Amino acid sequence: MADQVYYEDVNVGDEIPKLVKNCTTQQLVMWAAGSGDMYQIHYDKDFAVGNGLPGVIVHGALKNAFLGQLLHDWLGEKGQIKKYNCQYRGMDVPGQDITCRGVVTGKRQEDGKNFVDLDIWTEKPDGEKTSPGKATVILPSRG
Amino acid sequence: MTEESLITDEMRTVIGKEAEPLIVEVDKTAIRWFARAVGHTDLVFYDEAYAKSKGHRSIICPPGFLGHAIYTPQNPTTIIGNSVKRTPMPPGIKVTRLLNGGTEFEYYGEDICAGDVLKSVGKITDLRERTGSLGKMLIMQSESNFYNQEGKLVATERGTGIIY
Repeated sequence: MADQVYYEDVNVGDEIPKLVKNCTTQQLVMWAAGSGDMYQIHYDKDFAVGNGLPGVIVHGALKNAFLGQLLHDWLGEKGQIKKYNCQYRGMDVPGQDITCRGVVTGKRQEDGKNFVDLDIWTEKPDGEKTSPGKATVILPSRG
Repeated sequence: MTEESLITDEMRTVIGKEAEPLIVEVDKTAIRWFARAVGHTDLVFYDEAYAKSKGHRSIICPPGFLGHAIYTPQNPTTIIGNSVKRTPMPPGIKVTRLLNGGTEFEYYGEDICAGDVLKSVGKITDLRERTGSLGKMLIMQSESNFYNQEGKLVATERGTGIIY
């Protein structure tokens, strides 16, 4: 885990540390069981191809969970996720890097809490954003 | 020429109507399995003694994990445990394909830990029609609120289902 990040240290435009994922088909099976999403397009190649897909594809919700890890690992012990979302716009496939990224878009103090807003997304090696979303987190203050 | 809408008045009647609550048990094995599937490395998701040393009651839920409908005692035959299944489909809807369009999680500052028993209350919040590259589609927004054993709202999951 990285050192604790504080509200005062964060500025609009900052990029948070990237998280790079690369799914094996085994990981997709683990996710199917772990999430309860047993849709065959994620682990049965013949089924996926029969549905017009190039092969098995990565679960959208797994990419959402990767973005959750991106935030969790950045926030440290004293930070909290308030809200995060993403849309599933593009497909990702096993064996190809999925880079999870986030950029700070705003910060504000409300009700005695330090909120930081971010754009978050997953990205393919060619730069296509396959799961764009937004997040709001709460950071501790140095004060 | 007026095209026939995919959304009937009957379907509209379910918008905003709360479904029967589901009981969702949060257990250690499910948390660890989920965390491993994602690739989490923080021990707060795996090791109870470590989680307690960090001030938590037990191992905590990773982001995006709220217990899953597939593991509830009420639905032994349910094989797809995603959020869309938590809200009943509008009556008369014809589902050929269902795509997951997006997911949002909101939290309220309360730990969700192994041992918690959550009550999940789901509803459909919006139903719209759109014509896209796949032809006519229904865009269904749903929302589930999760309350813990003390009755506190601990999380909200919002989902977008694309039906075509």
